[in-house]
Amino acid sequence: MMGADALAIDGTAKWIGQQAVLSVQGLSVEFGPRDSSVYAVNDVSFELAEGESLAIVGESGSGKSVTVQTLMGLIRKPPGRVTAGRALFRGRDLLAMPDSDLRQIRGRDIAMIFQDPMSSLNPVLSIGLQLTEALREHQGLNEAEAERQALDMLDLVGIANAPQRMRAFPHQFSGGQLQRIGIAMALVCKPSILIADEPTTALDVTIQAQIVELVVRLQKQLGMAIIWISHDLSLVAGFVDRVAVMYAGSIVEQAPVDELFSATTHPYTIGLLNSIPSLTAANTRLVPIKGAPPNVTLPPTFCAFAPRCDYAEVRCREQRPPLETLGAGHTTACWRWREVARLPRTPAAASSAAPAAAPKQEPLLVVSDLKVHFPIRRGVLKRQVGAVHAVDGVSFEVLRGETLALVGESGCGKSTTGRAVLGLERPSAGSVLFEGRDYAGATGDELKQRRRDMQMVFQNPFGSLNPRMTVGRIIGEGLRAQKIGTRATRDVRVSELLALVGLREALRNRYPFELSGGQRQRVGIARALAANPKFIIADEPISALDVSIQAQIVNLLDDLKARLGLTYLFIGHDLSMIRYLSDRVAVMYLGRIVEIGTTAAVFGSPLHPYTSALLSAIPVPDPKAGGTRRRIVLGGGVPDPSKPPPGCHFHPRCPMATDICTRADPQVRDFGSGVSGQHLVACHHAGDATP
Amino acid sequence: MLSYLLRKLLLSIPVLFGVTVIVFGIAHAMPGDAVLAMITAEAPSSEALIAMRRGELGLDQPLYVQYLNWIGQILHGNLGRSFVNGRSVGDIIGERLPMTLELMGVALLVAFIIGTTLGVISALRQYRLTDYSLTLGGFVGVSIPDFFMGLLLVYVFALELRWLPSSGISTAGDSFSLVDNLRHLILPAAALALFRAAIFMRYARAGMLEVLNQDYMRTARAKGLRPSTITLRHGLRNALIPLVTVFGLTLPTLFGGSVVIETIFQWPGIGLMFIDAVVNRDSPVIMGYVLITAIIVMLANLATDLAYSVLDPRVSYD
Repeated sequence: MMGADALAIDGTAKWIGQQAVLSVQGLSVEFGPRDSSVYAVNDVSFELAEGESLAIVGESGSGKSVTVQTLMGLIRKPPGRVTAGRALFRGRDLLAMPDSDLRQIRGRDIAMIFQDPMSSLNPVLSIGLQLTEALREHQGLNEAEAERQALDMLDLVGIANAPQRMRAFPHQFSGGQLQRIGIAMALVCKPSILIADEPTTALDVTIQAQIVELVVRLQKQLGMAIIWISHDLSLVAGFVDRVAVMYAGSIVEQAPVDELFSATTHPYTIGLLNSIPSLTAANTRLVPIKGAPPNVTLPPTFCAFAPRCDYAEVRCREQRPPLETLGAGHTTACWRWREVARLPRTPAAASSAAPAAAPKQEPLLVVSDLKVHFPIRRGVLKRQVGAVHAVDGVSFEVLRGETLALVGESGCGKSTTGRAVLGLERPSAGSVLFEGRDYAGATGDELKQRRRDMQMVFQNPFGSLNPRMTVGRIIGEGLRAQKIGTRATRDVRVSELLALVGLREALRNRYPFELSGGQRQRVGIARALAANPKFIIADEPISALDVSIQAQIVNLLDDLKARLGLTYLFIGHDLSMIRYLSDRVAVMYLGRIVEIGTTAAVFGSPLHPYTSALLSAIPVPDPKAGGTRRRIVLGGGVPDPSKPPPGCHFHPRCPMATDICTRADPQVRDFGSGVSGQHLVACHHAGDATP
Repeated sequence: MLSYLLRKLLLSIPVLFGVTVIVFGIAHAMPGDAVLAMITAEAPSSEALIAMRRGELGLDQPLYVQYLNWIGQILHGNLGRSFVNGRSVGDIIGERLPMTLELMGVALLVAFIIGTTLGVISALRQYRLTDYSLTLGGFVGVSIPDFFMGLLLVYVFALELRWLPSSGISTAGDSFSLVDNLRHLILPAAALALFRAAIFMRYARAGMLEVLNQDYMRTARAKGLRPSTITLRHGLRNALIPLVTVFGLTLPTLFGGSVVIETIFQWPGIGLMFIDAVVNRDSPVIMGYVLITAIIVMLANLATDLAYSVLDPRVSYD
């Protein structure tokens, strides 16, 4: 009655004999009209035991979210339709029951938390109402009782001042707090399964660490099973029991977490692992998966990964590989897994193509005591009553030919710094010297000249390209604006640029919506390079891209730097990527740089406690490291930049803070040596002892 | 919040001042004047008589003097006297404004409730027969002008079916009763409301469709709430926010519409008064009407702003 056959096949060693609380068998979901279906989910089967945690990992469009939303009855029908399969929850098929029955299970037995906490809570309803409504619906509690239970749950997820906060609205919380509230909302009815759909993707790395810790603790406390959807193998490596890797709507490999990392058998899983820069082995070139994830518009009659696979043979393009069982709980869908499994783990990468020319010790850009304050105005006469100190006295140099990375959590002022350097934001104080000339607050022709030398690559390639312009016009627009060349020479230049960033000439007349995310970011890069700039500011250029595409873009940026002799200011929060591609790193916190030094020095021996915490929060793609690594999970979030804490801005969250930190601004001290170069740290306790 | 209100009210002073200039300019740019309007074929007048009447009404003074006199009166709370019957303009408007507000208020309320309800239903049934029928109905609704709708309603319900009276606010000869008054209200209010209901429906449908795609609606469904709770509490509350803007923008058009509708239905409100005043070139009444409607529209816009902050906790004025 429980689908016992499936259990025998799929149950892992650890969970054999345990009751499966959820058993998904042969689930297929299609979207759109029948004659042009999108095959979003193809024949997906998995089991979830009581109290187990399963990760479903895949890139965007892999069908991971559709799979779980189908189970919850959350996909829209039409256009969606379930074409095959069963999903047994305690023996009852979720897909066959009437909607009113499924509604009883939703939120009570199976609950869900979502990716973006800012948008997944209703902005016009109070937190209290949103927390209690499920309790009142499913358990028929009266208002007072529901409120009491909601308060307990808020306590459990670590929201301070819960009784007052119940009357607050979502916009009055930070992202991390909102995700805690989202978790409380999901768990308030004590479900037996929690589905977490990329719950940390929209959050900062330190907040991500907090949320993961919270969910793991609550799982133990409440004894529920978890399905954790993610695009990040390294993240889930630390805390799940089992991983299912999805590609183009199918599970391609499923294994206990240790085995997935140690005995990988599917070329796609291997590709994913190779795309992640390692924290331990720096500066080996990333090995991206070639091509881009497919649009699943063809019936799944062949291996969908074959076009991107280095091991593909004729059979792969003609027949769909079955899911084979290799051992306890380890299944894989590859015709050649036996050969693939024997291959060495990291293929000999095109051995570190052209190591970047050693930076000359001549500063291209010198930023001194830069401040950007945004006024806050209030009252009848709109008098200025305060200021948001977005950037509050930042000084750094960028040497010709180097890559300086600016890292920090959202709200630390790293993007504003970049914009001020480019002149998109007017500095309130300080100077920006580019090739010896002060451009701070430049306007008109002066600014125009600077724009020729400095360009920016933006974060979101979906939003930063004008949807009404063709690729060719987008790339050539800067040339037109700067009045460089004639129409004919500009045309030639656009072709050159397309080739330079690895785009086909044919894409020139396409519109941005016709391109994939990776292609769009290439267009963004080509646009920035059009006027032959010397200096590129890249503001989180890869964070909106899929894992396998990120590596492609990073490699492209690396190549361009070497070929064109560029200098980069790279703004980002993904520390493992930053370690991989930067020469020096500056860590920002609340408008100030707290530590700056060579990448090796900052990552190797971080001296500021905030840097240490950031580094320890990076997920490592190794399940074994999870237990042994010492994690510093910072409490709270970044404070309000209009009221920065006195003394050291970091002291309220700092594990090493003492009395002096609350009173005095820390002096910047140099801990560098002749070998490591400057290593500036702004901390009273730097060097006292290892944090 | 209080300082926001104060600032808005302070800002409305120069706006109202500008309104007086424009109103005065238009009233005096019209060809002819009150004295000439009194002259008909039956009652010819001599040049001397015309000049005397103009002198009595102050029409012989330079325009800026006339304007300053008028402004001076207004600042003393006096809108002047009608050229035609010599009654105080303030009194005439005070008598007739409640009739117009009754008509407009009922029309607006009915339009909003019907329009929003149908819009939400249409959105929930997107691309189904209900949606297509309602959208078509809405299209017809916005395509029919007020006056034609009024004539149509009179023809069907008053002349053919004889269910409802075609004009006035009460049956002549009977003593005033609310039921009788409401019976008289139905047709003019419907004529004013149908067009607006169609507009509200369009916006409500678009707003609701947008809300239905929001992440928080998925969250609400994931909680296993009843469909009605999801639609009303989570959906409609958010969809109403953009509708407030439309509501605020509808009010000025209602004044325009009520002029036409009051004429068709002989509804004795300020719209009818305005038309009479235009015919008679009774400029104090014309100017009084425009000034009062301008003030009401400005107050309504302020109320719209405040309604935002009530509906949307993210909006706060300071």
